[in-house]
Amino acid sequence: AEMRVLVGVKRVVDYAVKVRVKPDKTGVITEGVQHSMNPFDEIALEEAVKLKEKKAVTEVVAFSMGGPKCQEVLRTALAKGADKAIHIEIPDADASQLEPLHVARAMRKIIESDKFDAVFLGKQAIDDDANQTGSLLAGMMDWPQALYASKVEPDGKSLKVTREIDGGLDTIKVTLPAVLSADLRLNEPRYATLPNIMKAKKKPLEKKSAKDLGIDLAPQTKMVEVSEPPVRQAGGFVDDVPALIAKLKEKGFIKA
Amino acid sequence: IQMRLSVARLFRASRQVNNVVNGKWTTTHYTVKERSKDPRWADVDMTRVTDEYDVVIIGGGPGGLSAAIRLRQLAEKEGKECRVCVVEKAAELGAHTLSGAVIETRALDELFPNWSELGAPVYQKVTAESIAILTQTGRIPVPIVPGVPLANHGNYIVRLGHVVKWLGEQAEAAGVEIYPGIAAAEVLYNEDGSVKGVATNDVGIAKDGSPKDSFERGMELHAKCTIFAEGCRGHLSKQVMSKFDLKEHEMSYGIGIKELWQIDPAKHRPGYIEHTMGWPLTSTQYGGSFLYHIESDGLPLVSIGFVNALDYSDPYMNPYQEFQKYKTHPSIAKQLEGGKRIGYGARAINEGGFQTVPKLTFPGGCLIGCAAGLLNVAKLKGTHAAMKSGMVAAEAIFPELENNKTVTPSSYQPALDQTYVMKELKACRNIRPAFNSALGMYGALAYAGLFYVLGRGKEPWTLQHGKPDNEKLQPKESCKPIEYPKPDGKLTFDLLTSVSLTGTNHEENQPAHLTLMDDSVPVDVNLTKFDGPEARFCPAGVYEFVPSESGSGQRLQINAQNCIHCKTCDIKDPTQNINWVTPQGGEGPKYNGM
Repeated sequence: AEMRVLVGVKRVVDYAVKVRVKPDKTGVITEGVQHSMNPFDEIALEEAVKLKEKKAVTEVVAFSMGGPKCQEVLRTALAKGADKAIHIEIPDADASQLEPLHVARAMRKIIESDKFDAVFLGKQAIDDDANQTGSLLAGMMDWPQALYASKVEPDGKSLKVTREIDGGLDTIKVTLPAVLSADLRLNEPRYATLPNIMKAKKKPLEKKSAKDLGIDLAPQTKMVEVSEPPVRQAGGFVDDVPALIAKLKEKGFIKA
Repeated sequence: IQMRLSVARLFRASRQVNNVVNGKWTTTHYTVKERSKDPRWADVDMTRVTDEYDVVIIGGGPGGLSAAIRLRQLAEKEGKECRVCVVEKAAELGAHTLSGAVIETRALDELFPNWSELGAPVYQKVTAESIAILTQTGRIPVPIVPGVPLANHGNYIVRLGHVVKWLGEQAEAAGVEIYPGIAAAEVLYNEDGSVKGVATNDVGIAKDGSPKDSFERGMELHAKCTIFAEGCRGHLSKQVMSKFDLKEHEMSYGIGIKELWQIDPAKHRPGYIEHTMGWPLTSTQYGGSFLYHIESDGLPLVSIGFVNALDYSDPYMNPYQEFQKYKTHPSIAKQLEGGKRIGYGARAINEGGFQTVPKLTFPGGCLIGCAAGLLNVAKLKGTHAAMKSGMVAAEAIFPELENNKTVTPSSYQPALDQTYVMKELKACRNIRPAFNSALGMYGALAYAGLFYVLGRGKEPWTLQHGKPDNEKLQPKESCKPIEYPKPDGKLTFDLLTSVSLTGTNHEENQPAHLTLMDDSVPVDVNLTKFDGPEARFCPAGVYEFVPSESGSGQRLQINAQNCIHCKTCDIKDPTQNINWVTPQGGEGPKYNGM
């Protein structure tokens, strides 16, 4: 039986780069800064490819929405085992206004036309930490969702998913089609090795424009200000416990 | 419940993960601990996929990319096929590029006469310049007359990383296959001993040297000719120089440490450049600073840095701290005050010049750029030389490709000798070694004034550099620890904060790529005799001496993740015990326009 998985991958500022706020405080500087695939998306992609290797999945399609440079991340996804890639292109100027809701809408359009059995995503992107796309999409499609997955086992027409939640580990079974988001300990992603990078150049990468798909990109939120965290004030040293208590009383942390 | 089990396990596991066996740092890299003898590798398939090219170029810097572009330009012009491949260990072109930089555009003019229309990020002309000798509080200007090596009229201040990125775009448009994030790890040889190409790095090896589930072998890139464009002290260049006996004199080096600052717009003078010598270095210690004002994307930036020669004898010398100290000089501090530091990095540079340029050609390959030691230290410029040497190499290689299975570009070095690259190196060959006389800096300046500015470098003798840099270190008894001022967090900073600005990282679970030929030497020699100089000359805090887990004394700790690929340790380790090899591709610093 066919099982096709759509994997969302996002191009974000590389995790090791030290970000700086733009002088006009409208965001962080992304021009010229190194970007790479969102680490949680790498994990989601790896899980889909692993399932394909176990023959539980028949096709893995990578998906990304954004400016022209998204193609770099999609080529990396193809090098890491995706069969096809879809790029929903929006003009660079609008890229900073892109929100999870728009991405979910785009994914829905793709699923409606191309029929997928599951959508795998990283649990959140490391640039906005939104953690919204998966749930929004599940809501739109009326699909079950299995978020923060740390283990995935195919089970006939369902997936048995172990999730990491605040209280511990939660194991649920979701019937397909479903949305799944990957957490850190789900797997260790493979490397994009040179022979695969070369082969990936020949794999299909389809480009569609958000406008042509009729996706409403009106922003729901407005970025008011982005600023650096306040500089940490140096602490003070005290010589002994009575002095500590006096200081705490002085600052109003304990009752005098 | 999970907490109770983990503490004991954590200790045992962390010791294995920490590369420390019996209280001693242990090298696990396969270049030192061969896998053919290792039982953990007995059942692993080590075959590699291969691909054939006309030319493979190791390194995507100004030299490597110029060579690639020139080859494709020649192929276009003559209507011939030519498969050119560039492998670059940085995740993106420019991410490992670090330079001042004030460049002469003569090589760029030849490669792309219309570089300005093509959008090359070369626009900031030098508008004003000064050279000075610093004293603790004062500043003695040095007159800039035509002929002074550091005169820069007509040159451009650039962010070299951005130029490299632009060159990469031109190269791709010209049909070069560029693979960033792929490190060349091994030189391959034909049966007759000529260079066959390179193998890229393996991935998925654990810290203890064993194969992980994700292990995959690197790929073999075979070429008729392999161009080594790794930059200063490239690790594969080092191998071929040894194998083919290319060196006549030991190369001599410096370490360049650089910061990028966004300064107060009121203090910004775009196009103004400054070079200083003297304080904080003593008159017998070679080195100096650069300070360039450049406007970039509307921001008032200053590129500021310090070059410290690595032939220093005092094991307590700390190049990073000397740089921080230099910034506190009143004439420098006043430019930086109110500004913000936005970048940091370091890289070794060649200082040896003419005397130390090795034989450049060997069966199946050649060296270009800083890998060939072509940097002109008197002018403090190597970019135009790297680009030109890449172009000359390409012109020597291209005609040979059609009829030969392996190309040894024997016309490359003679052709290079006729160009400005070698002519200018020859003219200023005695300036740097003049410094090593008893008269130190003032002797060298007098020498340069007399024999270079006036004499144009035509004196018939050639001074030598003497012993290699690593052998010039004095034992700790003859020196005293140097007290450097504490960082103030505004003008001067601590090392680890600086390292975080480089964006460097390496996957933790891999063998440390800073390999030791003998694991006992760091404590028995470096620490005992020289008081651990590696903890002071590394600009990234890779080397630390920490209390040993087993009993008394200290052991070496190698924080490989911090490495910024500067190669200083490979150069300055007193017994050459440290051998820098490439980590997995895509790792290391993530410089942006440095």
